[in-house]
Amino acid sequence: MSVQPEGQLIADKEISEVDGITVRLAGDSGDGMQLLGTQLTNTSALLGNDVATFPDFPAEIRAPRGTRAGVSGFQVQFANSEIFTPGDTLDALVVMNPAAMVTNIADLRRGGLLIVNEDGFDAKALKLAALTEDPVTEEIEDRYRVFKVPMTKLTRDAVKELGLGMKEADRCKNFFAMGLVYWLFGRSLEPTLRFIDNKFGKKLPDVAAANEKALRAGWAFGETTETFGITYRVAPAKLKPGTYKNMMGNQALAWGLLAAAKRSGKEVFYSGYPITPASDILHELSRYKHFGTRTFQAEDEISACCAAIGAAFGGAMAVTASSGPGIALKAEAMGLGFILELPLIVINVQRGGPSTGLPTKTEQSDLLQAMFNRNGEAPLPIIAAQSPGDCFDAAQEAWRIAVKFMTPVILLSDGYIANGSEPWKVPDVNEMEPIVVTHPPDAAEGDAPFMPYARDENLARPWAIPGTAGLMHRVGGLEKADGSGNVSYDPDNHQLMTDKRAAKIEGIANDIPAQEVFGEESGDVLVISWGGTYGACHTAIERCQREGLSVSHAHIRYMNPMPANLGDLMRSFRKVLVPELNSGQLRMLLRAKYLVDCIGFNKVKGKPFSVSELMDQIHEIADKTNANGQKVG
Amino acid sequence: MNLPVLKAADFASDQDIRWCPGCGDYSILAQMKKVLPELGIPREKTVFVSGIGCSSRFPYYMNTYGMHSIHGRAPTFATGLKATRPDLSVWVITGDGDALSIGGNHFIHVLRRNLDINVVLFNNRIYGLTKGQYSPTSEEGQVTKSTPMGSIDHPLNPLSVAIAAEATFVARSLDAHVKHLAETLKRAAAHKGTSLVEVYQNCNVFNDGAMAYAQEKSQRLENTIELEHGKPLIFGTDRDKGIRQVGTQLEVVNLKDVAEDDLLFHDEKAMDPSLHFLLSRMRHPVMPEPIGVFRDVEGVATYDEQINDQVAAAKAKHGEADLNALFNSGDTWEVAS
Ligand SMILES: Cc1ncc(C[n+]2csc(CCOP(=O)(O)OP(=O)(O)O)c2C)c(N)n1
Ligand code: SF4
Repeated sequence: MSVQPEGQLIADKEISEVDGITVRLAGDSGDGMQLLGTQLTNTSALLGNDVATFPDFPAEIRAPRGTRAGVSGFQVQFANSEIFTPGDTLDALVVMNPAAMVTNIADLRRGGLLIVNEDGFDAKALKLAALTEDPVTEEIEDRYRVFKVPMTKLTRDAVKELGLGMKEADRCKNFFAMGLVYWLFGRSLEPTLRFIDNKFGKKLPDVAAANEKALRAGWAFGETTETFGITYRVAPAKLKPGTYKNMMGNQALAWGLLAAAKRSGKEVFYSGYPITPASDILHELSRYKHFGTRTFQAEDEISACCAAIGAAFGGAMAVTASSGPGIALKAEAMGLGFILELPLIVINVQRGGPSTGLPTKTEQSDLLQAMFNRNGEAPLPIIAAQSPGDCFDAAQEAWRIAVKFMTPVILLSDGYIANGSEPWKVPDVNEMEPIVVTHPPDAAEGDAPFMPYARDENLARPWAIPGTAGLMHRVGGLEKADGSGNVSYDPDNHQLMTDKRAAKIEGIANDIPAQEVFGEESGDVLVISWGGTYGACHTAIERCQREGLSVSHAHIRYMNPMPANLGDLMRSFRKVLVPELNSGQLRMLLRAKYLVDCIGFNKVKGKPFSVSELMDQIHEIADKTNANGQKVG
Repeated sequence: MNLPVLKAADFASDQDIRWCPGCGDYSILAQMKKVLPELGIPREKTVFVSGIGCSSRFPYYMNTYGMHSIHGRAPTFATGLKATRPDLSVWVITGDGDALSIGGNHFIHVLRRNLDINVVLFNNRIYGLTKGQYSPTSEEGQVTKSTPMGSIDHPLNPLSVAIAAEATFVARSLDAHVKHLAETLKRAAAHKGTSLVEVYQNCNVFNDGAMAYAQEKSQRLENTIELEHGKPLIFGTDRDKGIRQVGTQLEVVNLKDVAEDDLLFHDEKAMDPSLHFLLSRMRHPVMPEPIGVFRDVEGVATYDEQINDQVAAAKAKHGEADLNALFNSGDTWEVAS
């Protein structure tokens, strides 16, 4: 069986050039949809498309098979220009069973492709999906372009000669689906064949052979049958020149930490306790022991945070990560880290809350937790990453601030960023600026007594580490006397130290870039966003601008302290809109700090914003604001 | 090079000590200052990490590096510190409430990981700093501020817990028995792996005399039994009583009736913790309470050693770490200008 190399004309089938495609692959959580999605993403990225992905999986590892609760999905958009989201509506939906179809069909655009694994739609499957009849009704066939493909049977036929058991054979059907999808969108099989070979080639040659056969069979099915009259092509995107790699957020975060360590001449100590969606950072860093990375799977999040502080006291680049519930447990230790004035990165990969909430779904509702979740006066710098690739830069910026100002820094990511992916321009490490870290040297007998809480021009104290002769000192949670760091209950000293610590954190505002604006610096509407909503907001605002609306975008990276020009910027617009995947946490901070009456657009559904819902909202506000050029409402 | 010989006074910080007059903590501090110079470890290589409680103020009084942390978590700070700085001599100072109540979880885990640190648990069977509530080691029925009708909690036996966690070094000593205390601290310091020393410490304000049966010189010989490796378990003012093992139980016997050879011989090196556990179950007033080293097992890898060995092994296997190579690994593609 031969495979057509992509780019060649395919006999009697029409090839349609499109700007971008949004596909969602959905099936049972055991069907390998995430693998299929990742492969499609990588392949598309290698073809030079810009890509953005959105994996969506159930909280249960093995939710009951075939049920709606067990549906696992993976959405990817690939395009010929720069994109910032995985797309709102689907051009194509591939479903392996009825449950996957009914839970996803609403997102398929009219006339979109619905590819159905016919074999997954038997009576038993309908029952599991709580359906009384086949959901592929006439109405569905009218509304969409439906293709029924007996994937299970075709896969079994394709691998028959290998003599695998039925179960093993059926497990390959995601590769069949992959082959078909690849054919449909003109993707090359090469990267996935390489993947199969790397993953199974040596250890499980039978599995490798079966997956390869299924993949090729899927491709061949598309090409040889009369089922599909049309295939699609998406040209490469014009990205900035350079070497690219497809990156997921958590991986980029881990690599950013490695880069920060390298830039500062340190080795990473990373401690964590497993929690979705932060665990992958621990997994990723555990692979890089040869970079001097020490990873510690602690007995709980309290231990993880405390161990990191212990390592920081000893001079390591200390990092701990968790998600909301775990950050709650770290809170007391974070307060200690703040008064000890030691550098530390605390990462919160946010998920739906409160409490255990929606562990596998995204939300931005831990901003106020980051701001206030400590006893006493204990402000901490907060940085929010905005996209998967941006995690790489955000991690380094967190460390730069932590060491320059001798303070724990909170780094916010979220489930959407962590598991999403996008092309990442590979940097040249040799071109990265150093992050300067100094430890005071040995002192001799007779030198002036060491002052562990003396401060430099940034109000940062010296990072004197154990092992340094003559600098012996004690730190602790009890209030310290200015300079000497000795325990002090003096009321005036407490006021002084409280003020100094606050001033130090506030002073970081002078060390960060001014808030950038996308669009005019004044006008009708300013949209202020933060974190993982960047892509959707940016796209929505760009489109609204093209429609002629007076709308600009400020995406905040530095949540605390905020950029110095932010207040003036807000006051230069008639209306300020703050979309957030929470009930208005940033809005509350902006109102409190700048006394500007921001309008919220809030959603707490465990789902990211769609571009269209943001556009609608911007239109609504712009219309109110702009009727006859006058401010209204 | 000749290192200056340090004295106990060199280990004293310039801070005023704020414990109640007569508190057992003073004695432990004094013995620590006496023992440290004998270890030959420079002050700057020594770090005291404590939790919260009266005892946990200890680091402030030592002229070494120190961290007074948060309640119950001292072992975790020590873990991060020692894992990244195996060159340091790290001591954890904790109390019965600190280590066993709020910090119970970390207490178990630091012991089973066998981090190479020394844990000194000041056991006064009461909460001192918070002014006299019962602690996990308080006796059943004890009347305290929070238990006016008597405590209904069953007390926890820290050494039984530690031995169950297969701690590699477990010992008990007394604040009042200064020689024994100094000796035990020294043994703990010499051990490679987590060493736990429980010190009976008198809180003369909230629980005065709670361990008088062991502390008072006049009662000590009858109510405690000093453990010595390879020696039979003999005690009593006239050394006329011993401990014999019968099946899975220990019993007190009179040496008039039983020959020394039939007594239980102490083996602190036994890898199997069963007998050490039995010893830890000996409680006053039914049995004499053992003091000294229950368990000193050698050759068990330490956590800090292993985490650093893995790093070294990974470096040896993969060679000089190269970030550029990592970043360019796997599937990449070029976008031309
Ligand atoms: C999170 C937290 N909870 C409670 C306290 C209050 N607290 C301080 S010390 C202590 C008990 C200490 O008891 P113990 O370890 O026996 O120490 P001692 O004071 O007897 O030496 C408590 C409950 C605290 N500091 N932090
Ligand atoms: S309260 Fe008890 S333990 Fe605390 S200092 Fe006073 S005597 Fe010592």
